[in-house]
Amino acid sequence: MSDIILETRGLTKRYGGVHALEDANFVLHQGEHVAVVGDNGAGKSTFVRQITAVEQRSAGTVMFDGREVNFAGPLEAREAGIETVFQTLALADDLDVPSNLFLGRELFKVRLGPFSILDRKAMRERTMEALKTTAVKIPNVDNPIRNMSGGQRQCVSIARTAAFASKLVIMDEPTAALGVQETAQVENIIRGLKARGIPMILISHNLRQVFDLVDRIVVFRRGRIVASLRKEETDGNDIVSYITGVKGSETAYA
Amino acid sequence: MAQPTHGLGGLKYDPAKKTRAQEWNVLLALVVILVTFELLGRIFLGDSFLFNTRENATSLFNEQRLQIIILQVSIVGIIAIGVTQVIIIGGIDLSSGSVVGATAMIAMSFAQVATVNGNPNPKAIFLEQGWLDLPVIVPVVIGLCCGVIAGMVNGFLIAYTRIPPFIATLGMMVSARGLSKWWSNGNPVSFPTESYAAIGKGLNPVLIFVGLAVLFHLIMTYTKYGKHCYAIGSNEDAVRMSGISVPRHKVLVYTLAGMLASLAAVVLSSKNLTAQAGMGVMYELQAITMAVIGGVSLAGGRGSVVGTVLGALILGVITSGFTFLKLNAYYQEMTMGAIIVGAVVMDQWRQQSRGRGK
Repeated sequence: MSDIILETRGLTKRYGGVHALEDANFVLHQGEHVAVVGDNGAGKSTFVRQITAVEQRSAGTVMFDGREVNFAGPLEAREAGIETVFQTLALADDLDVPSNLFLGRELFKVRLGPFSILDRKAMRERTMEALKTTAVKIPNVDNPIRNMSGGQRQCVSIARTAAFASKLVIMDEPTAALGVQETAQVENIIRGLKARGIPMILISHNLRQVFDLVDRIVVFRRGRIVASLRKEETDGNDIVSYITGVKGSETAYA
Repeated sequence: MAQPTHGLGGLKYDPAKKTRAQEWNVLLALVVILVTFELLGRIFLGDSFLFNTRENATSLFNEQRLQIIILQVSIVGIIAIGVTQVIIIGGIDLSSGSVVGATAMIAMSFAQVATVNGNPNPKAIFLEQGWLDLPVIVPVVIGLCCGVIAGMVNGFLIAYTRIPPFIATLGMMVSARGLSKWWSNGNPVSFPTESYAAIGKGLNPVLIFVGLAVLFHLIMTYTKYGKHCYAIGSNEDAVRMSGISVPRHKVLVYTLAGMLASLAAVVLSSKNLTAQAGMGVMYELQAITMAVIGGVSLAGGRGSVVGTVLGALILGVITSGFTFLKLNAYYQEMTMGAIIVGAVVMDQWRQQSRGRGK
């Protein structure tokens, strides 16, 4: 029980008549890295959005850190310790790196409600620390991130997640738009999380990456979990046959 | 965990280079305009625009002209400080001019004297109620409340019904102007108490403008409020996903903008010693012009109060410059239109050269 960080039971999401996610039963253990794979529209992102409460689920329960949770929004999920890298970069282009890292959880010198005075120095220092521990190199953190390359922006986004990660990290296709070197950098950050023992759910289309990084692979198809396989027990062809529906038409328990 | 790090793949700009603040370009434009008027004046009129050329002059600069330049933009400048914040969050406020009209009428009604030249004030709005010779705090607070209410209505409409800011504030613009005409059946309201008249006396509008500009510059630069303004204008979805209440912030921004507009109305009516239903017409556009000239991007996320203050000065210098060159006032208006369009075109160019898509 105490080994389980996240568990979903019968998690279901319908958009009108569309069953985007149907009866997802999923377990994630402490320190475990799990990949979620599947075709476009298989329900991967929907699954994650229910956990992080970006959307409200239609049915089912979510257990996080030993208790049932009903997050009202992504901030509550984040406060509970779930950090997410979204598919669409959740960065403000006109702000610099520290401001983006601390967006919504600013540090203050003086608290005056909405006019609280920011502690810019502390935020900058902690940003540099975070970038150092995640091995992300940003040449000038004081520039607005508008001026940065796609890879650097993604690294900022991931560094934010990694820096504040306390209990669970969720990444939705973190390397989808990146070049080879940038992808390698992101993968290093993920390995760093593994070394720190922080559990992670990784959504990815890149099977090479999945086999490189995670312990277990969960396959989604048409809104259902159809397979949950340990990395050692499976291979690329096997996964593809689950993704395409050659194998596994029954709902599986992940 | 310390894996060897890989290069700075995809690096396309000089990492050491700190991007130059937009405000420097605006300041440069201001200086260029000043020098141009100075040169034109010397060549065509044999007179100086900036400097004191009279015999036995005690001061280097033509202080009177400089004062006029600042004084004539300071009241609209107060509005522009609020409009700047609205534009930074990606909105627009068309209602400020009408809010000035409505607030001036209402505030002035509570600031009237009981006796004019020994006779009872003939045109007092609240003669029957006997609300005359009230302490200055009453009209000021009531005036500010008008702006707060108008701004809150704007903010709630925009944040919770999700209608475009253009439409919401257009509605307020028309309604508030209607209110200011209805208030006294179109008659002007005059005869303020001495203490009310003192608010906008002499260079007070300038002091109020500068004070507010400094205050809001600090707020926009050093507080959570300011940071979130830029963040919302930059990427509203990201801000929402960070768990910040975007609607609440928007209501606050529009409320402050309304309050600043009503403060401008108090200063204006006090300075003019009268309030009229037509007060503040086109002020909203002048305020937007100041912000846009000052480098505040209509796309949101970029700009500053400092920029807007410089934009206001540019506007003031151009107006004074045209008068100084004895050019017809019609040319002023025509040129002003071109300047507004030019400023927005420059902003577009900046975005195209900087932005690399979403």
